[in-house]
Amino acid sequence: MTQSEGAGEPTRRDFLYIATGMAGVVGAGSFAWPFIDQMRPDASTLAVSSVEVNVESLEPGMSLTVKWRGKPVFIRNRTEAEIEEARAVALADLKDPVARNANIPGTAAATDIDRSAGEGKENWLVMIGVCTHLGCIPLGQAGDFGGWFCPCHGSHYDTAGRIRKGPAPENLPVPVFSFVSDSVIKIG
Amino acid sequence: MSSDHSTYQPATGFGKWMDSRLPLMRLVHDSFVSYPVPRNLNYAYTFGGILMVMLVVQLLTGIVLAMHYAADTGIAFQSVEKIMRDVNSGWLLRYMHANGASFFFVAVYIHIARGMYYGSYKAPREVLWILGVVILLLMMATAFMGYVLPWGQMSFWGATVITGFFTAFPGIGEPIQQLLLGGFAVDNPTLNRFFSLHYLLPFMITGVVILHVWALHVTGQTNPTGVEVKSKTDTVPFTPYATVKDGLAMSIFLMVFAYFIFFMPNFLGHADNYIPANPLKTPAHIVPEWYFLPFYAILRAITFNIGPIDSKLGGVLAMFGSIAVLFVLPWLDTSKVRSAVYRPWYKLFFWIFVANAIFLGWLGAKPAEGAYTTMAQISTLYYFAFFLVILPVLGLIETPKRLPNSITEAVLAKKGGNGGAAASAAASPETRG
Repeated sequence: MTQSEGAGEPTRRDFLYIATGMAGVVGAGSFAWPFIDQMRPDASTLAVSSVEVNVESLEPGMSLTVKWRGKPVFIRNRTEAEIEEARAVALADLKDPVARNANIPGTAAATDIDRSAGEGKENWLVMIGVCTHLGCIPLGQAGDFGGWFCPCHGSHYDTAGRIRKGPAPENLPVPVFSFVSDSVIKIG
Repeated sequence: MSSDHSTYQPATGFGKWMDSRLPLMRLVHDSFVSYPVPRNLNYAYTFGGILMVMLVVQLLTGIVLAMHYAADTGIAFQSVEKIMRDVNSGWLLRYMHANGASFFFVAVYIHIARGMYYGSYKAPREVLWILGVVILLLMMATAFMGYVLPWGQMSFWGATVITGFFTAFPGIGEPIQQLLLGGFAVDNPTLNRFFSLHYLLPFMITGVVILHVWALHVTGQTNPTGVEVKSKTDTVPFTPYATVKDGLAMSIFLMVFAYFIFFMPNFLGHADNYIPANPLKTPAHIVPEWYFLPFYAILRAITFNIGPIDSKLGGVLAMFGSIAVLFVLPWLDTSKVRSAVYRPWYKLFFWIFVANAIFLGWLGAKPAEGAYTTMAQISTLYYFAFFLVILPVLGLIETPKRLPNSITEAVLAKKGGNGGAAASAAASPETRG
């Protein structure tokens, strides 16, 4: 192989060299895979991927925090004043103009109606209560915009959970959810 | 200046028998007894040895603590409290381990500062320096994962914030975070894998430390003059000179360490970590351990978007960059002179850098708002300017002081010796006092 005369004519040694090398690469790759694969979320973690919540007792102005996929989900029955306040905000004033609503395909604008549970249920706000900056949990009904305030690095969210001020880049995400009945919400 | 020929003479019959089969004692003798070290090393050079001791302290206490600890979110917190209250001497072992991490970082930061002051990273010691930065990174990962294990509020939320860094990277960020966590949030799988890795990484550190010492013994140590060893009179044997000096420094360092363990064991920790982790409630102030504060301040200083990079990714890149820049330090410093002793301007900028790094640490503990943010931005700017602007430019425009011809000359000049004295002192460096 190292001899120049063999340049045009592959030898059995060349074949063995390449075949062994390739087998080594494929072998190392497939050997490594289970070691990487085991790090992914396991079946028991994925199994708890939907929860049902009874929201019958939530009067306007009350919130509930439930755990879904290990993360807190805020469910808030908003007051009229909060809805009005959120509606009055011009889209141009928003740091993140995208709705971040998993129930709406595509990238809808972050209007109040597209952030809430939709037509007729605009009082309901369901979102993952994890700050989009570095994952802390914002405090409810706090901050400069009367919505949520993250104490870790000072992100302010408004009454529709949209980022208005601070280091967080995105609005609080709305998870996939639906009303199973008038009083039960299924998240996930 | 690696010893060209070994001076090891086996004294016993067994020693001779062994030496011709596995010359382990010869290696030890050549590395730690007869090994020549510059005669002018000061106490700043003792921190390498101190770090070795701290590594052993952490390994021993850690291995024992793992015998009593349970890595399960349901019982992790209680198992740590059990170590504190029920296990015989458990409180002592845990306080040694927790404060040991802090003192490990005290020593490593002094060790790094010494390397920067005396230009220890310059040719031919670049690989030695890079291995050191690798050790620093491994130490940081180990310390971070260790802090998660007691499963207190700071453990949980520190882990949440730090793994959250990865979500800053567009597209690949979230899958990477899930891979690290083993779920969608910090939970039992995270605790388990962190425990496993926390046990593994110190042995990887040990491996890199061996390479670090190997590289050191190939090039030899630097010294306060930055002038290479030229003759035998420039050096003294490792034992007894360096051994005793290192030993004395270790003793004093360990006394301070002991003072913390016995009289203020929680001074460097955070009270919130004695509250069990609660995934639904974030503490009002999340602060990392003190040794991460300067980097935390850099992370939070980037509050603005830089072109297509948003503020979050910018902060994460700046934070990683603040360590990554250390890797290329040997090539950023353009000066041929090693030691700050002969570089008046570098000396000034170096001490500003040290003060600035401490200031960044202070800022990291403050809330990220108002004037603190502005100050952190200015400090961050100096941190990077020091490496990327000051060091490259300074080497080209600075006029260094006259260098001594040799270490011996520098030592004797300091002692006020003349030519005649130089000859006699050079002949017997061990009497220099």
